[in-house]
Amino acid sequence: MSGLRSWIARRLLLGVAQTVAVVLLVFVLTEALPGDAAVAFAGDQPDPERIAAVREAMGLDRPAHIRLGEWVGGLLHGDFGTSLASGRPVSGFLADGFGPTVLLATVTVLLLVPVGVGLGVLAARREGRFTDRLISSATLGVYAVPEFALGVLLVTVFALRLGWFPPTAVGYGTDLLAHPAALVLPVLVLLARPVCSLSRLVRAGMIDALAAPYTAHAQRYGIPGFRVRYAHALPNALAPATQQLARTVDWLLCGVVVVEALFVIPGLGTVLMNAVADRDIPVVQGLAVVFGLATVVLNLGADLVTHRLAPRSGVAA
Amino acid sequence: MSDPTDSSTRFPALRRRGFLAAAGGAAGLGALALAGCSGSGPATRDAGKDGGVPKRGGRLRAAFAGGGASETLDPHLGNLFADAARSKALFDKLADYGADLSAEPRLAERWEPNAALDRWTVTLRKAGFHDGKPVTAADVLYSYRRIADPAKAYRARASLEPIDLKASRATGARSLEFVLKRPTAEFPNIMAAFGTYIVPEGATGFDSGPVGSGPFRFVSFTPGRSTVLRRHEEYWDGAPHLDELEFVIANEESARINALLGGQVEYAHELNPATGRAHEKAGSIEIVRLPNSAMQAFAMKTDRPPFDDPRVREAFFHIAGREELVDGALSGAGEIGNDLFGKGYEYYADELPQREQDIDRARHLLKQAGAEGLKVTLDTSAVAAGFTEAAGIFRDQAARAGVTVEVRMGSKDSYWKDILDSGTLCCYRSGAMPIESHISQRLLTDSTTNATKWQDKGFDTLYQQAQSTKDKAERGALYGRMQRRLHAEGGFLVWGFGDWILGVAPSVRGVAREAPANTLDWARFDKVWLA
Repeated sequence: MSGLRSWIARRLLLGVAQTVAVVLLVFVLTEALPGDAAVAFAGDQPDPERIAAVREAMGLDRPAHIRLGEWVGGLLHGDFGTSLASGRPVSGFLADGFGPTVLLATVTVLLLVPVGVGLGVLAARREGRFTDRLISSATLGVYAVPEFALGVLLVTVFALRLGWFPPTAVGYGTDLLAHPAALVLPVLVLLARPVCSLSRLVRAGMIDALAAPYTAHAQRYGIPGFRVRYAHALPNALAPATQQLARTVDWLLCGVVVVEALFVIPGLGTVLMNAVADRDIPVVQGLAVVFGLATVVLNLGADLVTHRLAPRSGVAA
Repeated sequence: MSDPTDSSTRFPALRRRGFLAAAGGAAGLGALALAGCSGSGPATRDAGKDGGVPKRGGRLRAAFAGGGASETLDPHLGNLFADAARSKALFDKLADYGADLSAEPRLAERWEPNAALDRWTVTLRKAGFHDGKPVTAADVLYSYRRIADPAKAYRARASLEPIDLKASRATGARSLEFVLKRPTAEFPNIMAAFGTYIVPEGATGFDSGPVGSGPFRFVSFTPGRSTVLRRHEEYWDGAPHLDELEFVIANEESARINALLGGQVEYAHELNPATGRAHEKAGSIEIVRLPNSAMQAFAMKTDRPPFDDPRVREAFFHIAGREELVDGALSGAGEIGNDLFGKGYEYYADELPQREQDIDRARHLLKQAGAEGLKVTLDTSAVAAGFTEAAGIFRDQAARAGVTVEVRMGSKDSYWKDILDSGTLCCYRSGAMPIESHISQRLLTDSTTNATKWQDKGFDTLYQQAQSTKDKAERGALYGRMQRRLHAEGGFLVWGFGDWILGVAPSVRGVAREAPANTLDWARFDKVWLA
């Protein structure tokens, strides 16, 4: 087990280094964007004197490396800094956006895993038959529909025509749990493509596993088909799906901008979009840290699960 | 009122969606006015199809594009439509703009200049803040001095520039004497300028219980999400009909219209022309169009080639096919312009003949100017609706006159600064403001946002002359002369005026339809009721 532990330690160190690199890159790229927070603030009234005053008040007249240094210094003490646009602490922005994002991600993943795996297994068991063809073509079709188009379609049909669900979550704030009906359509949109990719991966993995020599061997030993399928074949089929799932969760946590905008859900994607438009670098950097760490932890978790499911595949740092 | 966490709130949220004015102005774009009847408002209030007697009660939810988590309720920091609408509900200005953008009294009951027009005596009406204290001259001076603080970058600071706030003083509890740095005949426009709200003396924090004198009191505020207000029973202009008013933020236009159609809000601000057309006849919601709300133009830099030659500018005036631009770039939701700002506003020179497309004349002028085969770069950006479409249409129109227009897309977050000093030709738009403000902010030698680089001593002199002229008709004649010059050889090719489109639920009554963007009756909820 010590090998695994040092592997985890190395992965975590590497993850921290990757996060630092991401934050630096984000800082440089945001700095490179045309205009800064003062220009974005001045907007349609770009009176040069006013821009200069705003720049001074925001501290943007100081060199970039000093500003970055101060921010890093604060971060080491757990201080994410202060938003340029509002003067409020960045941690507040992150905390406010985190709730709706985590809620959406959790509900989506809770539905995604059983539905995606179930459809994949079903299709694999009926390989080449009607059920498989139906599932395969339907998932391929849904996968091809962009989120915004699917969202608009669902809203039009289920919210505006049939009136089953509210069209947006406008006015509900962060307390989305109190309005579960408002979550149905956004979760459906979020589920659509991941279910397709996950079920197709599981189907392919299952078919491979069921055709593999070890499965035939297990059957020759007279192990019941049920056990062969779910205790032997499925774990192997799930290994690649786990990586895909980690990527999906990462995508869900790091801001699903389109869905948030369409359904007026004030999550991290909305925070990110506003922060970039404002050139509010401390907020963008705070988000980069959160997203970077989320990605590192999720991928590490996925590798561990893969290792557990299919030990032969080994792990590499 | 003075939440310590708010004192660190330095800047308003400002987002590319829903800028108030677009370009240069202390004014906002977007016009709609809701309301029953303020008495003095010249706007026609259409009280819904069947009108009727205003009914008291209910909660109206209004969806606006907003500024995300960095929004503030500080009325002096507002930049967005949502900010302006909330400020208007919570606070009052001394004056505000009527439908023709002339100033009408609000907290100021009356005003009177001296003979030289550089001292104005203002008498306040009897009005009270939400905490019961009366609105006094001290509150007015405090508010104006706060806005004019050079250490801050309040948007209205430039508007208050003509006032010498050190010398201005209170002459009584409800009377003040404003001392101006120079004769200012249009001083009432300053009192009505965007963001010049009156707050109680000493107020600094506004996000956790702002106290104003407006028609609604504060209940709750979540930046970027919701603001809940309730009726101020003692409002000087009559208590609102609504019990409660909630502003909700939905940045996507599709979300606003869906929320309205789905009954989640009763009022959706800023809709696309296509949405307006689609729902105009459907009947499930009512579409309100506020005309003359957004000037659409191309700005030519008059201080550099090729536009330093007035013949080239005139040629470009003749190249523009205005109907095609309005139909294509504004989806027909607007009317054509005549190269002058402020159609339908006070002092607008509507006696000037409408300019028509005349490609032969344009070719002739370009030939005279030695500019045949001219190539120019047209700056545009997705910063405002219709910009990129207008650029594309104009490129094709120019090609017919032998001019090659290369369209260059710029960043929408820094567009207004980018086009201020660089380039030669750019897309431009402006929200409503008095013609005098448009001139002083954009067309004088020392204007801060002079995007056409129109710097002309004679023109400056005419403006100063107008500001020193007490008689309104004489002043109007001077504005007429200035506009004739701009029409003949100015730098703004004003091709159209866009409607501001909003949607309301059938139950909403008391929406004014004649008031252009950013006037008193736009986004005004104290005269609205739910049937």
